[in-house]
Amino acid sequence: MSETLTIENLHVAAQHGHHDHVLVDGVSLTLRRGRILALVGASGCGKSMTCSGAQGVLPPGVRVTQGRVLHNDTTVAPERLRGRVVATILQNPRSAFNPIRTMADHARETLRAVGRFDGDWRSRTLEAFATVGLEDAESVLPLHAFEMSGGMLQRAMIALALLSDAPFLFADEPTTDLDLIVQARILDLLDELARRRNLGVLLITHDMGVVARLADEVAVMENGRIIERATTREIFDNPQRIATRELVEAHMSLYPEVA
Amino acid sequence: MSVASLEARAARRRMWRLPIRDSWAVRIALLIVALLAIAAIAAPWIAPYDPDAVDLARRLQGPSLAHWLGTDHLGRDELSRLIYGTRVTLGSVALSIVLILALAIAVGGLSGYMGGRIDQTIMRFCDCFLAFPTIVLALFLIGILGTGMVNVIIAIALSHFAWYARMVRGLVLSFRQRDFVLASRAAGASRVRVFFEHLFPAIMAQMIVLATLDIGHMMLHVAGLSFLGLGVQPPTAEWGVMIGDARPFVWSMPMLILWPGLALLLSVMAFNILGDAVRDRLDPSLHGDHQH
Repeated sequence: MSETLTIENLHVAAQHGHHDHVLVDGVSLTLRRGRILALVGASGCGKSMTCSGAQGVLPPGVRVTQGRVLHNDTTVAPERLRGRVVATILQNPRSAFNPIRTMADHARETLRAVGRFDGDWRSRTLEAFATVGLEDAESVLPLHAFEMSGGMLQRAMIALALLSDAPFLFADEPTTDLDLIVQARILDLLDELARRRNLGVLLITHDMGVVARLADEVAVMENGRIIERATTREIFDNPQRIATRELVEAHMSLYPEVA
Repeated sequence: MSVASLEARAARRRMWRLPIRDSWAVRIALLIVALLAIAAIAAPWIAPYDPDAVDLARRLQGPSLAHWLGTDHLGRDELSRLIYGTRVTLGSVALSIVLILALAIAVGGLSGYMGGRIDQTIMRFCDCFLAFPTIVLALFLIGILGTGMVNVIIAIALSHFAWYARMVRGLVLSFRQRDFVLASRAAGASRVRVFFEHLFPAIMAQMIVLATLDIGHMMLHVAGLSFLGLGVQPPTAEWGVMIGDARPFVWSMPMLILWPGLALLLSVMAFNILGDAVRDRLDPSLHGDHQH
């Protein structure tokens, strides 16, 4: 059986005075290596909170009230998960890098965080940069975030994720802030890496185009719950729930001649 | 080379360019601070006499070739005492600042990071320190701790740290939800590592500005407390002590008060002007030509 990562019955709530406002309501998901699972839903449905909750990096005032994460059927604490089991790609590549640190600093930090920093960090970093298609990786190392384009930065972030060598990847809206051409390239890159490196990917998105292109399976969220799960084909061919149908139809209406 | 990297280079150059082109005031301030630093570091080599050598035969002399600024009531060389005094004043201010920054980063950092009740408790505790004027608080602390230079340093640190701690807390709060901090945590970095890697540099930039603006004010504290006999004790050469010693001779030998008073005035002004210049330089929002 392949390596799995399971989020089990996750509840996340924000505290408002004395009562809790539930943001994620009993979400369970299983990622398998080599498979891409898309978590879709409208903005504010709890997709990102599921992801942050599982990793224990929720904003102040928001906490996990119930649930656990299992790696191959053993419970793992969130802090043991971060970097070691799960690498993360954030939505906005421009703000995801410290403006006063270079790419080399970030690569070193990523490796140190998971205890994999040693003498040949440089060659491993260059290799990761080359893998994600950053041309002339050597010249990228001394650059700051503001000296690079959005597409380059997103590639660099993916490279950092690869550098940690984690078997699973959480990609939270990885292409939302990029222009269409760069989006397409980044999606191809993610697809290729997931297959070649045998990564288990949780792809968080509200863009059904991204889902159609990458995902093997889809879980649809609404109001903090998963309301439908199916293979990507089934979701597009035969959506069961209204929210799912709306997402698919909204996507199709953008491409009338295809539909 | 891209436009962005050229811009970055220009910004870096602007950052490290000495402020001598800014204005006459800043130039002179920088010169005074440099002289003070040299006097403090090289006191044993540049002071013409031993600052504590009593020579009652030559007491209360006016300026001469042998004693450029004259001698005090015990015949000690005024210039030598002034030069050695720089050491005590600048040294105790520097130590106070180090202590303040350490306290503020520990207290403010903890407060900002932990949040909730711990944060509230720490901040109310800091409010107690903020409620009193710093000099009153310093006098109160000296009353508890006793006189002496070490106690002055502790008193100054304790009476000032709350201002810095509040600022550290605010910066931690504003930075800890930034994407790059989240990215770093999600990549597995521990809180301590995240703090030193990402929050510390941002905090220090602000702390340095605040500290340079406060140096002058703290120098006055050291000298003021010593003048009152609560700080550095005679016979140590210190500017406040020197003014205190010269009090009985204010009519017969006003020069003895003038020299240390002038030294204090010039150095406090120099540090304040320099503090303003540093703030202007380090605060990007004040760069009219560099707004996005």
